[in-house]
Amino acid sequence: MNAPAPAASFKPQQFKSDVKPVWCPGCGDYTVLSSITKALAALEVRPENVAVVSGIGCSSRIPAYTTCYGFHGVHGRALAAATGLKVARPDLTVIAAGGDGDGYSIGGNHFLHACRRNVDLTYIVMDNRVYGMTKGQPSPTTEPDWDSKLSPHGTGLREFHPLVIALASGANFIARATSSDPNGTAELIAQAVRHPGFSFIEVLSPCVTFRPEQRSWKDMVHPAPVAPTDDPARAARRLMTDDGFNIGVLFAGHRKPYQPVKSATPRSVAELAAEFVL
Amino acid sequence: MTQAAKAMTSVSVALAGSGGAGVMTAGNMLLEAAAQAGYYGLMTRSSGPQIRGGEAAAMLRIATTPCDSVDDRYQVLAAVDWGNVARFAAELPLERSSLVVGDPAQGEPPEVFLKSGARYAPVTLKAIARKIPGGWPNMVALGLLGGLIGLPSAALRAALEKSMKKGGDALAASLAAVQAGVEEAAKLGARYPLAPAPARSSRWLITGNQAAGYGAIRGGVRFVAAYPITPATELLEWMAPALERVGGTLVQAEDELASINMILGASYGGVPSLTATSGPGLSLMIEALGLGVAAEIPIVVVDVMRTGPSTGIATKTEQADLNLAMYGLHGDAPHLVLAPNSVADCLLTTQWATHLAETLQVPAIVLSDQFFGQARAVAERPATIAFAGARQRAEPNAADYKRYVLTPSGVSPMAIPGTAGITYTADGLEHGERGTPSSSAADHLAQMEKRARKLDSIDYGEHWAQIEGEGELAVITWGSCTGAVREAFARAKGDGVSGRLLSLRLMSPAQPEKLRRALEGVKRALVVEQSFGGQFMRYLRGEYDLPCELTSFRKPGPLPVRPDEIHRKILEWSRA
Ligand SMILES: Cc1ncc(C[n+]2csc(CCOP(=O)(O)OP(=O)(O)O)c2C)c(N)n1
Ligand code: SF4
Ligand SMILES: [Mg+2]
Repeated sequence: MNAPAPAASFKPQQFKSDVKPVWCPGCGDYTVLSSITKALAALEVRPENVAVVSGIGCSSRIPAYTTCYGFHGVHGRALAAATGLKVARPDLTVIAAGGDGDGYSIGGNHFLHACRRNVDLTYIVMDNRVYGMTKGQPSPTTEPDWDSKLSPHGTGLREFHPLVIALASGANFIARATSSDPNGTAELIAQAVRHPGFSFIEVLSPCVTFRPEQRSWKDMVHPAPVAPTDDPARAARRLMTDDGFNIGVLFAGHRKPYQPVKSATPRSVAELAAEFVL
Repeated sequence: MTQAAKAMTSVSVALAGSGGAGVMTAGNMLLEAAAQAGYYGLMTRSSGPQIRGGEAAAMLRIATTPCDSVDDRYQVLAAVDWGNVARFAAELPLERSSLVVGDPAQGEPPEVFLKSGARYAPVTLKAIARKIPGGWPNMVALGLLGGLIGLPSAALRAALEKSMKKGGDALAASLAAVQAGVEEAAKLGARYPLAPAPARSSRWLITGNQAAGYGAIRGGVRFVAAYPITPATELLEWMAPALERVGGTLVQAEDELASINMILGASYGGVPSLTATSGPGLSLMIEALGLGVAAEIPIVVVDVMRTGPSTGIATKTEQADLNLAMYGLHGDAPHLVLAPNSVADCLLTTQWATHLAETLQVPAIVLSDQFFGQARAVAERPATIAFAGARQRAEPNAADYKRYVLTPSGVSPMAIPGTAGITYTADGLEHGERGTPSSSAADHLAQMEKRARKLDSIDYGEHWAQIEGEGELAVITWGSCTGAVREAFARAKGDGVSGRLLSLRLMSPAQPEKLRRALEGVKRALVVEQSFGGQFMRYLRGEYDLPCELTSFRKPGPLPVRPDEIHRKILEWSRA
């Protein structure tokens, strides 16, 4: 809507609001927030042309901490709201963000279909393998033997593998990032936003309160040893065998983004009534 | 037995048969022919549980005045074959003077249809059709019905030409088959001739689902997301190409949770948005409707109600989602609920709902039903009303912008993404004026009052209800019962009983002052609805201080409410 300001004026700080986060000190989500603001500055977009859409959870609080347009909806439906927004307003840069519970459990169906639909938006999941906001219950990515008040003997359930599922469902860009490397994550987010279609970034973002052992993730992560592939079969093999700590772009495909048909020469509303007239 | 051919102001006929017999095609052509001849009409349909190829019945009422209701009985039931047609018996009440026409080669009519005393007239539809190369029994039946009710041949011809645009041999064969049917009708010794058609006026042939879709587009809707469900699917199928033509979009969502959240996202982006569903889908949408209320995002949800609870009877009508629409949302969540009162009124009501939702920045639920949605009516051309989306938008770089600022009307200008200098986060969390989450009692109360105040900030004018007639008796009703009540009153007039009809279009916010005035002088009111539990009666008792004595007439779906049952109730109750 406004003429773009000169590139030099884009500073991460411009994208950070003055709302104080509710997060615990040391929560991984702080660095994800700064990675998003860095990425947006690098992308040279204006805050009013970006919408950050989320559901409910600690991580889903992120929209209000930016100076972009924000949409803090209901639990699990961030991708649906982001899809509607992007389809209705293709001119905007749309980023959906949230947690593993929000995205893989209550919102699991939308995750599958957002990957399939391949709308041009970016989805950032801050995965801490726990429901942080509700104070420590297992999520779909929680290890089967992790016990909690609600699952005293662990869930006994196999973990959900978001990247494999994203690939199988048709996501056009798949990356893993870590909150322990804010600059690297910023770079991955910028790439994801630039990549056409549905881009998915899973960020390992520790919950220091309910999963303090996740502090050691920073020592376990390592750059993916191979370059990104555009071959889904190769990507599948890699993802199925990786250790969960490979950081980087793991798949970048060439699917055409979803683009609903719109009449180039819209007709008048009155014309639609012709079929009813006797 | 030759019947006196007294001209009738309304005739009801039905055509039934098993799948593939083409009864719907013939029914639509008959309605079109009646319209061409200058009559009003209403066609409803019924089909068996099979997904495809099951038995079906096209049920038509053709009259000299607009038909907003089905009649009590059918004068003619014709069947191409009898298959499982007996299953429609309850929907096809006959009387002594009725005629049952069937092809003897297809067996005898089911006993249940003859119990009424109706006369059976065998006509060899198939053999007659076979004599005409390319002729079909359904076209013979069409001619027969047209002949029995006295439709001019020119009207039948015009209807055929309109739906068989390719013309050629197929059209010629159909015209010959129809003509053979007309000739056959003359031999039956029974006629149900319509009185002369009224003066021509400008009319539309439209279904309730189409009318709702068109009303939404007129109101400004340009984004739809939805998940298929009977009986709302045709509304969406009509909208998909129509939206495309006016530069809008329809997305088929993965479920109703997605549909409603998609339209919230699109509307947050500044594009007026709608979804359509039925009871099971509305149930899934309830949580997000609350988000629309809290975050003040306008959306329209059309619920084409069907028989519930649960999957219920998917293809049949009922008015039992009122409680869910009114009271289903958690928390105190003021929102709009509207209900059309005729097939054609689905247009005005949905357009008005869109206009109100946009003006007040609030979700609106439109309660249509299967009867309206799937019925096709010949109706007076709906008036062009100027309701259009009128969302108050915030200006770029507005000083000290607060999305949820407390205003006297409760409506605050909405920042639309892309607008510089006024970014904010829309939030379902309780918030202060800026939208920042807040758990303070003062913010909760202030925002709650703001959201409630909005709905009372405008005058809903005359459209809040349909009010007709005078007298000390009133019938208060809503939705698809309205037509039957209107007709019941017309008949009661003949018995010297008159009264007032009140059909509510605006269910929420309730209009107690307007209803009080509309009921001035009324001593007793009958409340008519199609709900087993009396949801509308409870709604009236809960929302209004009714100054008169109330009696309830209610029945559940799936059978339509017919004028006779209300007429009898009015008489019995007016004399009690
Ligand atoms: C419909 C609904 N069910 C349950 C909740 C409660 N709830 C809030 S956040 C949450 C889980 C959040 O976990 P996650 O998405 O992983 O986010 P995190 O807090 O870990 O960042 C739950 C179950 C809710 N808000 N809404
Ligand atoms: S509970 Fe866990 S996820 Fe939530 S803010 Fe605290 S550390 Fe972060
Ligand atoms: Mg989590």
